[in-house]
Amino acid sequence: MPDAKKPPESPSAPSKKESSLARLFTSPAWRSIFRHGYEDSPRNRVLQVSANVWLHLHPSKTRRHGIRYRHTWCAGGLTFLLYLVTVVTGVVLMFYYRPVQEYAYWDVKYLDFDVPFGFLMRNMHRWAAHGMVLFIWLHMLRVFMTGSYKPPREFNWVVGVNLLVLTLLLSFTGYLLPWDQLAIWAVTVGTNMARATPLLGHQGPFGPQLGMTARYDARSFLTAGTLVGAPTLLRFYVLHCIFIPIIASILMILHFWRIRKDGGISGPL
Amino acid sequence: MAESLAPIDSGLQAEEIKVTAGKRRAAALSELPDKVHTWPYLVRAEFIAGCVLILGLLIWSITIDAPMEEPANPTKTPNPSKAPWYFLGLQEMLVYFDPWFAGVVAPSLIIVGLMVIPYVDINPKGNGYYTWKERKFAMGTFLFGFLALWCVQIVIGVFFRGPGWNFFLPGAYWDPHKVVAMTNVDLPYLLGARTEIGQMLVGMALVGAYFSLIPAVWWLLRDRPWMRELGAVRYGIVSFLFFTELGIVVKMVLRWTLAVKYIMVVPNVINI
Ligand code: HEM
Repeated sequence: MPDAKKPPESPSAPSKKESSLARLFTSPAWRSIFRHGYEDSPRNRVLQVSANVWLHLHPSKTRRHGIRYRHTWCAGGLTFLLYLVTVVTGVVLMFYYRPVQEYAYWDVKYLDFDVPFGFLMRNMHRWAAHGMVLFIWLHMLRVFMTGSYKPPREFNWVVGVNLLVLTLLLSFTGYLLPWDQLAIWAVTVGTNMARATPLLGHQGPFGPQLGMTARYDARSFLTAGTLVGAPTLLRFYVLHCIFIPIIASILMILHFWRIRKDGGISGPL
Repeated sequence: MAESLAPIDSGLQAEEIKVTAGKRRAAALSELPDKVHTWPYLVRAEFIAGCVLILGLLIWSITIDAPMEEPANPTKTPNPSKAPWYFLGLQEMLVYFDPWFAGVVAPSLIIVGLMVIPYVDINPKGNGYYTWKERKFAMGTFLFGFLALWCVQIVIGVFFRGPGWNFFLPGAYWDPHKVVAMTNVDLPYLLGARTEIGQMLVGMALVGAYFSLIPAVWWLLRDRPWMRELGAVRYGIVSFLFFTELGIVVKMVLRWTLAVKYIMVVPNVINI
């Protein structure tokens, strides 16, 4: 915590009386990284946010009600935090996991039992992904309940819905990767639905009439074949680790930028 | 924030001793500037929430292992085969609807329906604060859909479904041979239609009337100012989405009470 009695900072060399901490904060090295003083002044409070590439996602001042947990439930921010957790732990998993039918299951077993902290990385990845699904629903619920999709935030709500779909797809594609019984059958149940797509599925309304077959329809497009097999594993791996995260990240940047452009957190008035 | 309130609070106290505590607080609040510094107030709140979440996740991940079953075996189908929990609301819909609706059209309509909300809800009230009174219809349809048709169905799917997708109480023995007596009939048959073509026509009339006649009659009979403001296009979109949501409930109730399988049957093409 900043020391209130500390004399105002000066760019000149610190005097003998100052504590070593204060000397650190005024040292040239420190000042080359953080372009503002450390003591608690309004100017520094503003710079703390606006001169920091991560924090300046935020405006330097926020409307009073917007910082209350009961207004936002922090649900959007926590969704983002959980996403970051899955990215970090996911990259660790990628060092050990091979999306090949013969290896996938045993690579995950290896992670669980032999890799130092491997079980923790996998557990955190899994549970953070589930948590993200939960928190994104909570976030949507609160945005709806505060009517925050109303003008001028209509488009950001649409961006949000796209993020919701991508989050569910991320979770779903990841579900297959351990290549155990749970994985292939859950994905089988899920992708089987695509058979029934109207027009585009070989068992859907008007599908057969349009020439859809089991080898060539919406489902075989998803699973890369007529059943959930080795090609599906590779396809879901690429979608899960590369394609969807990139799109989701781009949309998140857009989402955050729009929050500020739309006037910050919504509120009465 | 408590500390930033304090000096103003005590200042007012000295001036107007007689004002009640509630009024004083309100007065103090209204005199505060509308904005506060993001650092430290917002960043602190986020930091605390983030720490709690990460701590909870760590403890959870150390104590509970992510599921890992036997290696995948395409020849051994588990019964029941469940989708991931967040899709079980849709799998549950398979009890009442054919896959083209439960698995494809319903989720697509949910996504599209969510996206159009800001463009069809033209009620300016309730923008940025919690209120039930000022937007009962919007709140009601959304919360009913989210809680009753999504969350509750997920709970049923996760905890109450066993072999053959039959209903089991949690912890009850999963008898793989459980047989549930079903005398499913189609609604047109119940209404007396006996020929295939007759049933088809009755079914189409029922579905068509449900989606178009009810909203149209409602539009003509109850000419309210808000309807004019909404305009025919928005009104049409809202009523289609609303009656689809309600239709799911209607079909569920018809199934539970009259064991209705389909409301409309067009053989080899589409069943609803
Ligand atoms: C990956 C998913 C998402 C992330 C990381 C995310 C993140 C955030 C954050 C950090 C905020 C700031 C306020 C808060 O925390 O509540 C926010 C606001 C907002 N979000 Fe999201 N969000 C996501 C998904 C969604 C979804 C699914 C919707 C709606 C369907 C949505 C609609 C909005 C809207 C309209 C706002 C502005 C709210 C206001 O100004 O009060 N977001 N989002």
